[in-house]
Amino acid sequence: MNTEIYKESPVVHQPAFIDGHSVEIPILKILKQDGNVYDGADLPEIDQTHATKIYKALAFHRVLDERMVAAQRQGRISFYMAALGEEATSVGGAAGLESQDMIMAQYREQGALIYRGFSLENFMNQMFSNEKDLGKGRQMPIHYGSNELNYMTISSPLGTQIPQAAGYAYGQKLQGKDAVTICYFGEGAASEGDFHAGLNMAAVHNAPVIFFCRNNGYAISTPSDEQYVGNGIAARGVGYGIKTLRIDGNDILAVLKAVQFARQYALKENKPIIIEAMSYRLGAHSTSDDPSGYRTREEEAKYQAHDPILRMKNWMLAQKWWDETQETELFEKLREQVLAAVKVAEKIDKPPVEDLVTDVYDQVPAHLQQQLDALKTHIKKYPQSYPFTAGRIK
Amino acid sequence: MAQMNLLQAINNALDIAMAENDSALCFGEDVGHFGGVFRATSGLQEKYGKARCFNTPLVEQGIIGFANGLAAQGSTPIAEIQFADYIFPAFDQIVNESAKFRYRSGNEFNVGKLTIRTPYGGGIAGGLYHSQSPEAYFAHTPGLKLVVPRNPYQAKGLLLASIRDDNPVVFFEPKRLYRASVGEVPEEDYQLPLGKAEVMQQGSDITLLAWGAQLEIVEKAAELAAKDGISCEIIDLRSILPWDVETVANSVMKTGRLLVSQEAPITAGFASEIAATIQSECFLHLESPIARICGMDTPYPLALEKEYVADHLKIYEAIKHSVNY
Ligand SMILES: Cc1ncc(C[n+]2csc(CCOP(=O)(O)OP(=O)(O)O)c2C)c(N)n1
Repeated sequence: MNTEIYKESPVVHQPAFIDGHSVEIPILKILKQDGNVYDGADLPEIDQTHATKIYKALAFHRVLDERMVAAQRQGRISFYMAALGEEATSVGGAAGLESQDMIMAQYREQGALIYRGFSLENFMNQMFSNEKDLGKGRQMPIHYGSNELNYMTISSPLGTQIPQAAGYAYGQKLQGKDAVTICYFGEGAASEGDFHAGLNMAAVHNAPVIFFCRNNGYAISTPSDEQYVGNGIAARGVGYGIKTLRIDGNDILAVLKAVQFARQYALKENKPIIIEAMSYRLGAHSTSDDPSGYRTREEEAKYQAHDPILRMKNWMLAQKWWDETQETELFEKLREQVLAAVKVAEKIDKPPVEDLVTDVYDQVPAHLQQQLDALKTHIKKYPQSYPFTAGRIK
Repeated sequence: MAQMNLLQAINNALDIAMAENDSALCFGEDVGHFGGVFRATSGLQEKYGKARCFNTPLVEQGIIGFANGLAAQGSTPIAEIQFADYIFPAFDQIVNESAKFRYRSGNEFNVGKLTIRTPYGGGIAGGLYHSQSPEAYFAHTPGLKLVVPRNPYQAKGLLLASIRDDNPVVFFEPKRLYRASVGEVPEEDYQLPLGKAEVMQQGSDITLLAWGAQLEIVEKAAELAAKDGISCEIIDLRSILPWDVETVANSVMKTGRLLVSQEAPITAGFASEIAATIQSECFLHLESPIARICGMDTPYPLALEKEYVADHLKIYEAIKHSVNY
């Protein structure tokens, strides 16, 4: 019985309280903003090829976000969520894993998918909800998913992936797979009941899962000091008996180091681990949001100075692994590619009407087939009112 | 009278409720300083202070559990769930707690002062999780009142009545109409009765029944039908529970036909409950089967939203079918 542990506790005869903030949690920093490494810092495993791949993914991420926010403003897509300022958390996370590891993200982790090689076409097809979207045009933009790339399809209800990640990882363990699961979530979502359920389930059942909290200071308009008063999300890891690490989320080398360590630990010990990455959401929550209603420009400017991509670039330049010509060429090429991909994706047809009723179950049941048949008859009667599908109904 | 959109009417009702009752509190995700993601609680924190209008942590079960506690204690909590699609983490607190507080304690305790506001419904390119109409899940739970306004005037009067009603009320706000629906709203205090439907348009051939944003669609279908010489009576149910059987039955006894339209999927939606009750109340007056024009039995889609929804053309076709039966 677990209560045995109390037998080893020191005994006191006056109340000896433990203050909510008495546990100090250090923060791992490896890379300075100017591109120099802190003295005595323990670098992750990284070479020029790996570093270049990571940097290119960060650049792709930045350009994709810029262009798609613009595309939303032009009315070409309905919605978008950028991850400006937080790109290192998702790109660095994926870079510290193996391709067979499962990624269960919240929604602001397109960087992990970019690193894994999700094609520009796939990104576009999802955002334009066309018939080539792997998700069949059913979810709002940015709800990506790819079985091939071990990236679980995004679900909007917050926190739901957290206990699921514990279960997924437990299954990986039982089947002896050389694979772990990483689970991303925001500090806001960490308030959901599912967060607590997920951590405790993972801890009790020894699931090899890496919980990765992106603490970006805001949940839409709610600043983190109105979200919790404890010592961040990391302190909760301690409460659940989970190995815990806090890192600078804008430091790509710290993210990489943390995730490389976490993967080894989770696999070897068959235990969960939690990483809290401190960052800042530089952009709006989504294209439906305007942060000027709840925070100041000065505050934003302060965090602009901690740009994680610029920080990595400075390091790459210092290593002589990268130069300004490459930089200019890369960004120009990426901008052109994204623009071209937008133009292709927006011309691709919407999914066929049959896609309405598939995947509700493994097979289309009779009542849904009937509803589809009635719908088709109706559309044929009013083809001009259903322009996306009318022309393709036999 | 003032011109208000639906959000302004709700904000105005909340303002009146908080001004008259010091124990009235408004809270939920992003509800405080920012005034909610749709801005329904705009200005309330400034006016009534952080203790009475505030952001909560991001946890729906916490929001409603907290609200249940406040209501049991005698305060008047008006809790916001940011989208009805995200009410499910609070399902246990609502279904097993709010709804049963009074009954299980023999009315030693109750949470009658609780009101839950939540935007519902589709038509905004919101896909699976920003479009649902979950009223039927709650209609299956005795102990809750369910209210859905269709325009700013209704929203203000029904919300004030919901806040003051001594039962837990879930107040579903048609978010598609938040800014789109504008109308004359009295600036002073008034209430509209819960549990009473409203006959919006008199007619003789068929009764069309709906609630919330769906009425706009039904009205459009009725206009098309009118061109064919079909006279539609249109009823806004306004309260899903308790629902006004009498007004609906009286209308159907007059017209002999009923069509119910809801945004939610057809199977086990509230339209089914209405159809069952009306066929038993009005069996000998019915000249055609009661029609239900609803969402399809699938999750709410995105790209094929237009095809999926119970639009005015589907309703128009069903009206003709019913009248020519
Ligand atoms: C269960 C649930 N409740 C509410 C929402 C609405 N919502 C979407 S994002 C968001 C804020 C999330 O903040 P955080 O977890 O900190 O992540 P961030 O957006 O900062 O990356 C909210 C409240 C939701 N999607 N799901």
